[in-house]
Amino acid sequence: MDTFGLLLDGLAAALQPAMLAYALAGVTLGTLVGVLPGIGPALTVALLLPVTYGLDPAGSLIMFAGIYYGGMYGGSTTSILLNTPGESASIVTALEGNRMARAGRGGPALATAAIGSFVAGLLATLALAFLAPHIVRLALMFGPREYFALMVLAFVTVSATFGDSALKGVSSLFVGLALATVGIDQLTGQARLSFGVPQLLDGIEVTTLAVAMFAIGETLFVAAQAGRADDTVLAIRGSVRMTAEDWSRSWRPWLRGTAIGFPIGTMPAGGADVASFLSYAAERRASRHPEEFGKGAIEGVAGPEAANNAAAAGTLVPLLTLGLPTTATAAIMLAGFQQFGLQPGPLLFATSPGLVWSLIASLLVANFMLLVLNLPLVRVWVKLLEIPRPWLYAGILVFATLGTIGVNPSRTELTMLLAFGFMGYAMRLFGYPIAPVVVGLILGPMAEQQLRRALAISQGDPLTLVQSPIAATILALALLAVVVPLILRRRGRGRTLAALGGDED
Amino acid sequence: MTGGEAGGRRPDRAAFAIALVLAALGVLLITEAGRIPDKAGYAGIGSGGVLWLIGGGLVLLALGTAAAGLRGGFVEVPAQKAGPVLWIAGGIVAQIVLVFWAGFTIGAGALFACTAAGFGERRFHVSVPAGLALGFLVYAVFDQVLKLNLPAGLPERLVFGN
Repeated sequence: MDTFGLLLDGLAAALQPAMLAYALAGVTLGTLVGVLPGIGPALTVALLLPVTYGLDPAGSLIMFAGIYYGGMYGGSTTSILLNTPGESASIVTALEGNRMARAGRGGPALATAAIGSFVAGLLATLALAFLAPHIVRLALMFGPREYFALMVLAFVTVSATFGDSALKGVSSLFVGLALATVGIDQLTGQARLSFGVPQLLDGIEVTTLAVAMFAIGETLFVAAQAGRADDTVLAIRGSVRMTAEDWSRSWRPWLRGTAIGFPIGTMPAGGADVASFLSYAAERRASRHPEEFGKGAIEGVAGPEAANNAAAAGTLVPLLTLGLPTTATAAIMLAGFQQFGLQPGPLLFATSPGLVWSLIASLLVANFMLLVLNLPLVRVWVKLLEIPRPWLYAGILVFATLGTIGVNPSRTELTMLLAFGFMGYAMRLFGYPIAPVVVGLILGPMAEQQLRRALAISQGDPLTLVQSPIAATILALALLAVVVPLILRRRGRGRTLAALGGDED
Repeated sequence: MTGGEAGGRRPDRAAFAIALVLAALGVLLITEAGRIPDKAGYAGIGSGGVLWLIGGGLVLLALGTAAAGLRGGFVEVPAQKAGPVLWIAGGIVAQIVLVFWAGFTIGAGALFACTAAGFGERRFHVSVPAGLALGFLVYAVFDQVLKLNLPAGLPERLVFGN
């Protein structure tokens, strides 16, 4: 069957009431966490993973993808009205969007963000549907050494390319890789670093680590900051309707944002935050009103918001076709697939086409739901910003312990949650990125397996890793992704890279 | 770890401490690699091989961090308040201690009230009941409706039976 037919089948499945309910739950939760500052989609998916053990696999995955999309929509609301980004991919939206809100144009800013997200989400999901089968065909030629090279590339781009220091990023990554070796070696059954503690034989749970570092670490860090001024929420004055001029100034940035965001998402080149920064820079150059930038230019909201949604869809390409997560949220979604005994990758398209295509189709449905949730209902979400911080963070921590108590009910596991929470706090305190630890923990064992398989095939000759043209090319790209930023930083361009460094999504 | 009041003024010490932690982790991995039997097989590297690689990498990163610490300005620590951190950590410890014998509701109530206190909400006659209500609601939804197994205590047994 061709892609179109498969997509239509998927759409039929996605329109069943149960799947619609999962999608609605996902986008609602996603918008909720996108709006609330301090919790992002990565944390939410991690929190919900344990809760969905008993639920339908396809439905749960649809819900997770809905959370990812919803987070990208909801983040813009917080950026525009509070000048505090709801999640890291909305940082640039705060630049222009908050200026617009202060000038009484908060309504059109919210509208262009929501419609731009919709346009980008729709186009990028279609691009995902039509691109995925081609990548799957390509991926069928991949052996262990190509997969190993891809994982090295993902490690490098997650840890070393962006952020203010490659040393810090790589240190985070190696801590994640070290944690990943705890437990039983999947190839020989040898117990490693378990010190006779039975809970450690299973390895360190991705959800425990992610929830601890994102929720508990973040809460500790926010609570410990001395003398922080509370931001005030700007009321939405007037209508959310856009004028004809707003429309004519918005549609090009939406399309440009999509064109920038989707490829960035598909490549292991950082996540949605990177895409939104690049789009902002592009809009600034292309605008006919450059003097308005910094004072509330609508293009500066339209482009980046489209870009971050397109990138979120793009991230699903390597995740679904290669099993390769390139952001923290994707890494945790991968853990979600594995929880249901599914391994994303080319084989998934052959073994569970129904699941894959209903997941992709439900993303189209989710986009329509999000448009409704974010335009007519935006005032409901704004109320959330008025929750006092003590209640908000206290609630987050109750949910943070819920997953661990429900699935691994032991004091050891809860103590690990606390310990990793402090680790996350310390890392934030010292300026170390969190995402590489999570990606290292989940990709580490996969990279190790591929490396050892590749070496076993070549009977221990390490040169095999660069003797296939595909693997050699990918490794060369990985090398470039380390060296080019090093040179840029040395030349004093590090500030741009530091600004691009995303933490969560 | 919290740095206290003096945290903001000694950036380089923090870098050395981080280097020490990275080095210790690296040495731990390398020691473990030497301890476990080597079943390298055809691949030439077995269970211990990757431990060597990661452990070695961590030691190199520790050296790099120490060198950056010598140059200074690598780690800048903003001033931290210890009180809120202790409140929140205390709340999690209370949850760990309470949840398995007093049940989810009571554990969650304690955690909620302590965390709120860490954020400056010290009206316990408001925060404790709010936390208990949230904990009970979560128990009702996740244990009863979504079939997650949460530990039950007296309040849960009273309402839902066994």
